[in-house]
Amino acid sequence: MGVIHVTDRSGQRHTLEALEGWRVMEIIRDWGLPLEGLCGGACECATCHVYVAEEWLSKLHPPSEEEEDQLDTVVTRPNSRLSCQIIWTPALDGLEVTLAPTGS
Amino acid sequence: MTDHIETDVVIIGAGPVGLFAVFELGLLDIRCHVIDILPKVGGQCAELYPEKPIYDIPGFPMITGQGLVDNLMAQIEPFHPTFHLNQMVESIETLGTPEAPLFRVKTAEGETTFTCKSILIAAGGGSFQPKKPPIDQIEAYEGTGVFYAVRHMEMFRDKRILIVGGGDSALDWTVNLQPLAKRLTLLHRRDAFRAAPHTVEKMRALVAAGAMDLHLGQVSALKGPAPVLEGVTVRKDDGSTFDIACDVMLPFFGLTMKLGPIADWGLNLHENLIPVDTEKFETNVPGIFAIGDINTYPGKLKLILSGFHEGALAAQKVHRYVYPEKKLLFQYTTSSTSLQKKLGVAA
Repeated sequence: MGVIHVTDRSGQRHTLEALEGWRVMEIIRDWGLPLEGLCGGACECATCHVYVAEEWLSKLHPPSEEEEDQLDTVVTRPNSRLSCQIIWTPALDGLEVTLAPTGS
Repeated sequence: MTDHIETDVVIIGAGPVGLFAVFELGLLDIRCHVIDILPKVGGQCAELYPEKPIYDIPGFPMITGQGLVDNLMAQIEPFHPTFHLNQMVESIETLGTPEAPLFRVKTAEGETTFTCKSILIAAGGGSFQPKKPPIDQIEAYEGTGVFYAVRHMEMFRDKRILIVGGGDSALDWTVNLQPLAKRLTLLHRRDAFRAAPHTVEKMRALVAAGAMDLHLGQVSALKGPAPVLEGVTVRKDDGSTFDIACDVMLPFFGLTMKLGPIADWGLNLHENLIPVDTEKFETNVPGIFAIGDINTYPGKLKLILSGFHEGALAAQKVHRYVYPEKKLLFQYTTSSTSLQKKLGVAA
């Protein structure tokens, strides 16, 4: 058991209990934060877009071509990732992410 | 020209749940028309994950999204539903009484109107609409400087056009609009495109010939006194910025789902979902049902399986509205000759 820290779109930081093997998207949604995750984690919609804190970026596996393709459909920053593509392990205890804005 | 159609039921949404509802209604001799905003049937299944395997459809250890849709289309074939694709339901008007509901359904721009006794909303997460990039003030330029679709190419003649995106729509419109633009610029976040290779090649050839510009980066701000667009500020990955002058920007970021006009139909809503009862899956408006991912009730699971179940139960109540005088006898397709006749399989 560990935690992730999620800053929501109003700037409030939440510490959420994380479960091994769960996608970060699933953890965020399970705790009721407003993350759409329209396609259910199939890497087909980019509605689970988050910004990963700099110090954590190198600890994640790099985005797949499929994830890059989906990131093309939103306005990204260099630390943009799709939270459905980050599978939580104890090595990610304390992971810090921020929910990206959604289009209107 | 406005078409007017009279039918028993209008189903809103041609995803798996809407399609299977056609089957359940068909077994009860209920005719339906199906409306969907997408140009093809299948909803999210066909739009978002046609090639992705689904593992929790009963009887199919594995089936792809498109495979499921194809099978559902074959299954409902005996009932000849009419599909109205590329159309969005704009309004629903209640004409009847709670005991004998009657509705008038209008699609956008009044293309088609329907009169029906029941409505099944099977709209999943809502209707697919163009994804709007989260850029400050973008709404203020929509329809004048920012467009999410090209309806009439002529509108863009002799304009400085900025196309944003790296998929098929962005590349197709780049190649199509380049000849009539005063100057066309394509902006994408990286130098890789997920569009048809020959279209990408064509674009690269135009860039090489100096006939258009290609830049890498992302729009961070719109410039000009809204609604007049004069240009955009682009931010590169290294944080540096530069400006591109343009009269129109066409972002092609794909589709997302929005509740859309459903919010205006007088239905109770709970966090963009429609509350229903679990006996009939009827909404607060008698005669209007909500099945599949768009509804909510205690214990709701967003599974295709659940949507199928909900459609079967809704059909029972719809039967009472369509045939108030008839008693409904429950029958199985394995044993009922009358059902088998409807399916065209009886000897």
